Amino acid sequence: MALEAGEIAVGGQTFVGDACGALYWPQQCLLVVSDLHLEKASSFARCGILLPPYDTATTLARLSEAVQRYRPRVVIALGDSFHDTDAVRRLREPDRAALLSLQRGRDWIWIAGNHDPDPSTGVGGVFQASAVFGPLTFRHEPAAAVDGGEIAGHLHPVARVRARGGSVSRKCFAGDGRRLIMPAFGALTGGLNVRDCAFAAVFRALDFTAHMLGRARLYAVAAARCLPD
Amino acid sequence: MLDARAIFSRQEDTAIRSPRAQLDRSLSPGEVADSPSTVLPEPFGRWFAARGWTPRAHQLALVEKARAGRSALLIAPTGGGKTLAGFLPSLVELQGRTNAGGAPVGPGRGLPRSDGLHTLYISPLKALAVDIARNLETPVREIGLPVHIETRTGDTPVSKRMRQRRNPPDILLTTPEQLALLLGSADAPYLFGGLKRVVLDELHALVTSKRGDLLALGLARLFRLSPHLHSIGLSATVADPQELCRYLVPQRAAMPAVADLVVAQSGAPPQVSMLEPGDELPWAGHTARYALPGIYNLIKAHKTTLVFVNTRSQAEMIFHELWAINDDGLAIALHHGSLDVAQRRKVEDAMAQGRLRAVVCTSSLDLGVDWGDIDLVINVGAPKGSSRLLQRIGRANHRLDEPSRGILVPANRFEVLECRAAIEAVADNAQDTPPLRAGALDVLAQHILGCACGQPFDADQLYAEVRTAAPYSSLTRTDFDAAIDFVATGGYALRAYERFARIRQGRDGRWRVTHPRFAQSWRMNIGTIVESPMLKVRLVRSRHAGKGPGGTIARGGRVLGEVEEYFAEGLTPGDTFAFAGEILRYEAIVANEIYVSRTDASDPKVPAYAGGKFPLSTYLAARVRTLLADPAHWLQLPDAVREWLAIQRFRSQLPGVHELLVETFPRASRHYLVCYPFEGRLAHQTLGMLLTRRLERARLKPLGFVASEYALAVWGLGDMGAQIGDGRLRLADLFGEDMLGDDLEAWLAESVMMKRTFRSNAVIACLIERRFPGKEKTRRQVTVSTDLIYDVLRKHQPDHILLRAAGADAATGLLDIRRLGEMLSRVKGRIVHKRLERVSPLAVPVMLEIGRESVYGEAGDTLLAEAAGELVREAMGGA
Repeated sequence: MALEAGEIAVGGQTFVGDACGALYWPQQCLLVVSDLHLEKASSFARCGILLPPYDTATTLARLSEAVQRYRPRVVIALGDSFHDTDAVRRLREPDRAALLSLQRGRDWIWIAGNHDPDPSTGVGGVFQASAVFGPLTFRHEPAAAVDGGEIAGHLHPVARVRARGGSVSRKCFAGDGRRLIMPAFGALTGGLNVRDCAFAAVFRALDFTAHMLGRARLYAVAAARCLPD
Repeated sequence: MLDARAIFSRQEDTAIRSPRAQLDRSLSPGEVADSPSTVLPEPFGRWFAARGWTPRAHQLALVEKARAGRSALLIAPTGGGKTLAGFLPSLVELQGRTNAGGAPVGPGRGLPRSDGLHTLYISPLKALAVDIARNLETPVREIGLPVHIETRTGDTPVSKRMRQRRNPPDILLTTPEQLALLLGSADAPYLFGGLKRVVLDELHALVTSKRGDLLALGLARLFRLSPHLHSIGLSATVADPQELCRYLVPQRAAMPAVADLVVAQSGAPPQVSMLEPGDELPWAGHTARYALPGIYNLIKAHKTTLVFVNTRSQAEMIFHELWAINDDGLAIALHHGSLDVAQRRKVEDAMAQGRLRAVVCTSSLDLGVDWGDIDLVINVGAPKGSSRLLQRIGRANHRLDEPSRGILVPANRFEVLECRAAIEAVADNAQDTPPLRAGALDVLAQHILGCACGQPFDADQLYAEVRTAAPYSSLTRTDFDAAIDFVATGGYALRAYERFARIRQGRDGRWRVTHPRFAQSWRMNIGTIVESPMLKVRLVRSRHAGKGPGGTIARGGRVLGEVEEYFAEGLTPGDTFAFAGEILRYEAIVANEIYVSRTDASDPKVPAYAGGKFPLSTYLAARVRTLLADPAHWLQLPDAVREWLAIQRFRSQLPGVHELLVETFPRASRHYLVCYPFEGRLAHQTLGMLLTRRLERARLKPLGFVASEYALAVWGLGDMGAQIGDGRLRLADLFGEDMLGDDLEAWLAESVMMKRTFRSNAVIACLIERRFPGKEKTRRQVTVSTDLIYDVLRKHQPDHILLRAAGADAATGLLDIRRLGEMLSRVKGRIVHKRLERVSPLAVPVMLEIGRESVYGEAGDTLLAEAAGELVREAMGGA
């Protein structure tokens, strides 16, 4: 299978990785985003760390751009969509309205994550522990064993490469053809280096690829060539 | 061990060791109003006499100022006996206090403390405070003063700090950060209510940074708490002493108040020369490797030499190379800010005992008590500024009647010009210290939170108090209220956090902290020094020395010091680099440490030259341009340099004093544009970023640029020379001042430098915690999150107070925008284009930097494409 730039294969299917961190499956007309962590700033504010309360608006604006670009039939939010169990209640009305308008005319699936294990009301969509489309399973945390193919989130992969005496660090998709770990989409979400042992546990070896997010496209780099922290 | 002489004698050499010569000079008629015997009480006179010393005129002058109830600034060169002068008024008063009260004179300890803290001494260096306290003990004991002296630093045990607040000493020596902590405690009114005097040491160094802002705010508070307070500032020579005089006293709206100025008699003018370079003088680079035999011979010919360099990596390189030719086994040591503290102290002590022949050091030795008998200062590389050089050279020879000796060692041709200009500036005793800063808003936010932690405050009163601090004397009420709003709820236009407020107005209208954890967090995060993220360097046994490749790394080796995280990021296991005077092999990063092992490799991968922290001063830059433009001044230059400039004049032309010379030429299928603004690397980098954007829009396909302290080179595929020649590209447009508008804004959105600046604003303003009780948040995490915060905030609230603070910092800091703006305005209508067939002699140095410096500054995507491209080549090559 010959892949174009930005194309990523998982379980025999071809996906398009978008530089914004979303993943599109043309065959199913399906868009995946992961780890939105909506209302992360207000969650921190409760402890007195007053981060700008614009993260939800920023994340939804970027999500809206991706939805406009691909006009998917189905959107899957792959868990940790809300930073905590109280986040839905804190959503500002304009943000809630923006979220609901994004869902118009398409199916919307909220996958449960460790930050948002329970269904919420008032944010549309259906809540599921995981979803299956064709040969592929969509779940928040990577499973111990993969059957067919799996798309997961949770780990917030970031890759760092050496370049001309310095280094460049970016969010990335991490995949080995059977399994793909999505980058965190949320505006205030940090990352975990793909050379961390958490990824070794998932991929069993270093023979996976980091598809790093550039300004307008992805850049594929072998994990073995990425720098650890 | 240092003893009293380090404070009285080393700095007092003229006053002490050569009393014969000293007497006539320091007490010349007319210089002192009264004879020492009338100014100083009897026990002091007796003590001076017993030692064969005579008090100096400015020391007596400060006692008189204090007696007259005046605050004072003392400007004295290194070795002028500043420190004693600063303490003398307090010691005299404390002695008088005992006599008046008729209390028995005895050791301070155990005496009932009725008068509380008398004098507060603030030093920029923790170590300096400790040394000076130790050195003060001897005269206090010998004169028999019932004075209790203590220090308070980050290392002071908690129990002692508690006791100090309840039962303070007479004299407390501390740092700006500790003062802020004390002011933010409920005990502050009790502790400082009776304070009589505050002594600010090395004031010239303190006021140039945000620590100076923090200190100014603390000082304003002290003046309010203690109605009888007077200040004494101690400073090296500066360009505008009146600014420091304002800093020392509370400002009132109507007219600026100033402290009295006392200027100590200056010593003999320093003798400065340049190490004559032969024909081997390099075109570019910063290593000065060619000059090492010369430097070594100078060390051999002198008793003790300080070798100043501009960066840590330069220090490591010079130290390493000096030892490689150290056939006589001279005791040569290394000192820089990244070395482990214990190791630095060892070097300082050895220096004090006169056991060293030379120390290779960075600005880490710019301040501090004076050590040993240094008879020569060598400055390797660019001197950067006249005042800075004068201060460094002042480190040599503390006998004021003999000149200090300094020798400059240029590392390349342009640095020869800078050294020459600096020598002339020193001969003129020209001062080019920067003007007083405007107080930073992030520091103000930290101070406001601190005030609330101490006691509930009234906003009107606090605003009035803050404005008495010189750096904040023109702070608007709008900005002050914005700072309060930021501290309370983050200052966001979207008022989302009212219920999470950190400070809140009570029914009495006063602001108070809403939860003790915010006070605790403020205490943990106090201060304005946000270091670039550092990793500890730990020496371990090599993986390869163990049992096969799988062998684990031995833990628990010695910590050698710290390196910047970005340096560590560029390393892969097996790389070698020079650090702490050794060649080390990089093994691994474990948590917040990098593990290294010893190696016998002879060619270290020395870190790339990252430029000094300070750019070439505007004053010195102007002198360099003048020198360059006028061949009559070249007589003093080495032959190689004269020849270089003569050929430049023949092939192209020399940049005029007020002009900007722009050269264009083709080379190896690329087109180059080189200009010579002489405004320092930081301003040139910013110019390079903005020029490439404009050239991009003009479809000239720029590929990269490289900036040096003196010049900027841009290259691309389009023929810039041809377009300028036929008028399609107008230089007036290309270098138009409007580049500081939209182009700058667009670039700031993604600038790594700007994000780095913002990170420190966020930490200083206590938006992000650098430490959290119980668990140290790694700085790495802070970096990630502040970058994201920056993006979000810029998009939604570009006028947020923290972004304004970052903008103000960028103007003078890492982006040096203000200087770039001044340059663009200066050269308007005076840009001269020279279209050449080939590279000009003047362009060679900056052209040689290409490939050494990272190119196209921040084009992360370009670098990503390269990294990905390598993967493709690797894959295809394997097929």
